[in-house]
Amino acid sequence: MEVSEKLAILADAAKYDASCASSGATKRDSADGRGVGSAGGAGICHSYAPDGRCISLLKILLTNRCLYDCHYCINRRSSNVRRAAFTPEEAVTLTLDFYKRNYIEGLFLSSGIIRSADHTMEQVVQVARTLREVHDFRGYIHLKTIPEASPELIEQAARYADRISINLELPTQQSLDRLAPEKNLARTKQAMGRIRVKLDDAAERKREGDRKLRHATGQSTQVIVGADAATDADFLARSDELYRAYRLRRVYYSAFSPIPEPSSVLPPVAPPLVREHRLYQADWLMRYYGFSNSELLTPEQPNLDLRIDPKLAWALRNRQQFPLNLQTASRLEMLRVPGLGMKNVDRLLSIRRHTHVRLADLARLRISLPKVRAFIITADHHPAREDLDGDRLLARLAPRPVQLDLFGDAQP
Amino acid sequence: MKTWMVTVCWRGWLRGRSNSIFSAMHSLDPGDSFATWRIKARDVLARGIPPEEILWEAAEGSLFEEPPEMVTVAESAVVPPAFVGLAKDVSCHADPRRWELLYRLLWRIVKSGERHVLEIASDPDVAMAHRLAKNVRREIHKMHAFVRFRKAGEADDGRERFVAWFEPDHFIVEAAAPFFRKRFANMDWSIFTPKGCAHWIAGEFKMSPGVPRDPCDQPDVMEGIWRTYYRSIFNPARLKMKAMQSEMPRRYWKNLPEADLIDELSRESTARTHGMIEEPLRPVKRAPANAYLGKLQDLSSFPVADPAASTSLHDIARMTQACRQCPLWEHATAAVPGEGPENAHIMIVGEQPGDREDLEGRPFVGPAGQLLDRALVEAGLDRSTCYVTNAVKHFKWTPRGKLRLHQKPGAGEIEACKPWLLAELSKVAPEIVILLGGTAARSLLGPDVQVTKHRGLVAAPQIASRVVLTVHPSYLLRVDELRKEAEFRQFVADLKLAVSSQVQE
Ligand code: SF4
Repeated sequence: MEVSEKLAILADAAKYDASCASSGATKRDSADGRGVGSAGGAGICHSYAPDGRCISLLKILLTNRCLYDCHYCINRRSSNVRRAAFTPEEAVTLTLDFYKRNYIEGLFLSSGIIRSADHTMEQVVQVARTLREVHDFRGYIHLKTIPEASPELIEQAARYADRISINLELPTQQSLDRLAPEKNLARTKQAMGRIRVKLDDAAERKREGDRKLRHATGQSTQVIVGADAATDADFLARSDELYRAYRLRRVYYSAFSPIPEPSSVLPPVAPPLVREHRLYQADWLMRYYGFSNSELLTPEQPNLDLRIDPKLAWALRNRQQFPLNLQTASRLEMLRVPGLGMKNVDRLLSIRRHTHVRLADLARLRISLPKVRAFIITADHHPAREDLDGDRLLARLAPRPVQLDLFGDAQP
Repeated sequence: MKTWMVTVCWRGWLRGRSNSIFSAMHSLDPGDSFATWRIKARDVLARGIPPEEILWEAAEGSLFEEPPEMVTVAESAVVPPAFVGLAKDVSCHADPRRWELLYRLLWRIVKSGERHVLEIASDPDVAMAHRLAKNVRREIHKMHAFVRFRKAGEADDGRERFVAWFEPDHFIVEAAAPFFRKRFANMDWSIFTPKGCAHWIAGEFKMSPGVPRDPCDQPDVMEGIWRTYYRSIFNPARLKMKAMQSEMPRRYWKNLPEADLIDELSRESTARTHGMIEEPLRPVKRAPANAYLGKLQDLSSFPVADPAASTSLHDIARMTQACRQCPLWEHATAAVPGEGPENAHIMIVGEQPGDREDLEGRPFVGPAGQLLDRALVEAGLDRSTCYVTNAVKHFKWTPRGKLRLHQKPGAGEIEACKPWLLAELSKVAPEIVILLGGTAARSLLGPDVQVTKHRGLVAAPQIASRVVLTVHPSYLLRVDELRKEAEFRQFVADLKLAVSSQVQE
């Protein structure tokens, strides 16, 4: 089979993995005249697919043959999809050829599980090792690992890669039992724990001046949203735990999308893109805005509101905390105003040391006045109480209900 | 770059000027270069010429006079570093108003006592400068992203040669070039654009004037394969054209080899997705008999936990993983079983695993564990001959900031976990038991025994012939600096009690 034919199959098989980031690597380049490429700082998206997702890495599977039978996955053993496999050399050459033309930032390599976790991991590691050791490749490498692989192999993967990840796929063991019977939450957590220990140790050695060290700087994971009955609360609680316990850089939420060869255990529906988007927003609020997951969701309301973003939803449930005086409020309080982001909050803090904040200032910072008005006080604006109390506030702020269209731009 | 200057518009943009000043106007030509602007700006600033008396424009055909002579300026204008960075970015913008804007900001900072104006991001001048700078930075980023090299050959020594064509809106080529120099130092390359060309050839960097058209329009064989990739990585069930276009605006498309697929892919996506949704569902295939899958299944199927039924320490370790006797298992990584030889003379019992123990699945490997190790050595004990375990097997924690903060197990949890500890105790049957802290004491001796009161040897023949009760090493980590050394000595002395009791026997 030609390489381009394999690529068609093995990139197609990789497209359901949401991770794409190529940021956060250790800074390095080849300005010294040796090696190929550079990495570090913010990653670069070299293209965008019509699904709005960034193309930053050559994202492929080494093979789409697989022993496992995860029902949400096109590559599961019970699917009749066409199979292919790259040799490690082919994957290496393709990466270098794309890289030198500035198509990509590096490689994202995953694989179906063939023979055993260790056998598969060895192949995956071999690609990364060849890139690094034979070609002195200094671009980005993200390797997908398998929890059951031996710790030594995972350690090697971490040594050659900038980022490693293990997909959790579903937030609870009950969900896994139904849809991914070979997967086990506890084993995944244990593997993540071991990786965190290794990453911590590597970071420690780097602080102590180990300059030769090259080691992954982080791990991430993916969960599939909408393939079963797991609630947003299930997802966010699990994410919160993963961020704390294993210092994950990111949890990717991937709306389950219909696949060819669908299994009878799956809902044949359009991907819940809005829900996916809301989960990202909530996740962001937890990581950067000081919200706890119990503030965003309650046992009575275990799912995020699809009409409005989670910060606005929180503000509407906590109207007694508003309106907030932008001249005197604390940073954390300001971060909780719907429509104010981190950058603008910091700008406002700086501005108010020199002058009084007015609505015109907000406008010049390109803050949406209709969105923030009811929640803030400025030198020239004191919202009427009924602005905040009235039922009409939600109606005014929520976008008009539209039929969420699978084939249009469903994301608000 | 002389055509963009239209004096009429320029005047309209100057705010609050009286007509009379036009007679005293100076016209300065900064070209497209920040460096030139900087020299001229410094000069007029030193001579106290206010912004409203200067027209920054191409000199040719100007109605106004250049300032008569350039003086070398003694006064060096001290500006905040943030201004220089911002000005460099703004200067790359194609907007002709940028020089005037920068000079006005400079004037306000240096001459009008508004040194802090940059901190007021909502000031109209500052807001505009930020906006221009942001456009420039964004386009530099887009150039890093959307330059597509085509291979143009290979030198005799194997050094590859690449060329690219790019059409930026702003004067960013030089600012964007260092990225390519660092990344592609080992190949020769040229990036041609209408606004300047960058070349890296045999280790030399050079800029050359812009060219109107792509001088070397030959496709590269990899472009076809790249298009295959682009086609395959797109998920038709997620079509989101707006999101895509906001990141990859149409004006870049014509130089991207993959971009002409966009229309076709988006057109087909509806039918493809409908096809998938309507496809008949496949029944689940049975798992093939497979040694590896069998092993996996084995790993997942723990026996139902009954501590008393365990036949070995290994058994206990395995079975605790399936324990659900209290809620702690749910938010921990795994149960942390005890560790050490089955025939150990000494058993050391701690409270519960901490953050590090939870991650590694081994007892006493975190900071408290390291302290314990040190104390054991001082006391003349060899940890590898001891059986080290905890009263509670799962890590109990509570969220704090970004961390998991250790939380003391409650009476119910200690009680629920006790059968595991008793099972270990009965398998190891040690002569000496060292209880570290209140939780261990509570588990094996009951709620009435307190470390503060009963520290030292305690009589508990139902457990072992010698039982020593002392503090938990994590207490030593918390105690204040002054008492640290004394407390550590005391802890070592307690451990020695265990040894001396052993010697006495
Ligand atoms: S802490 Fe003990 S009782 Fe509670 S689940 Fe874990 S092993 Fe079982």
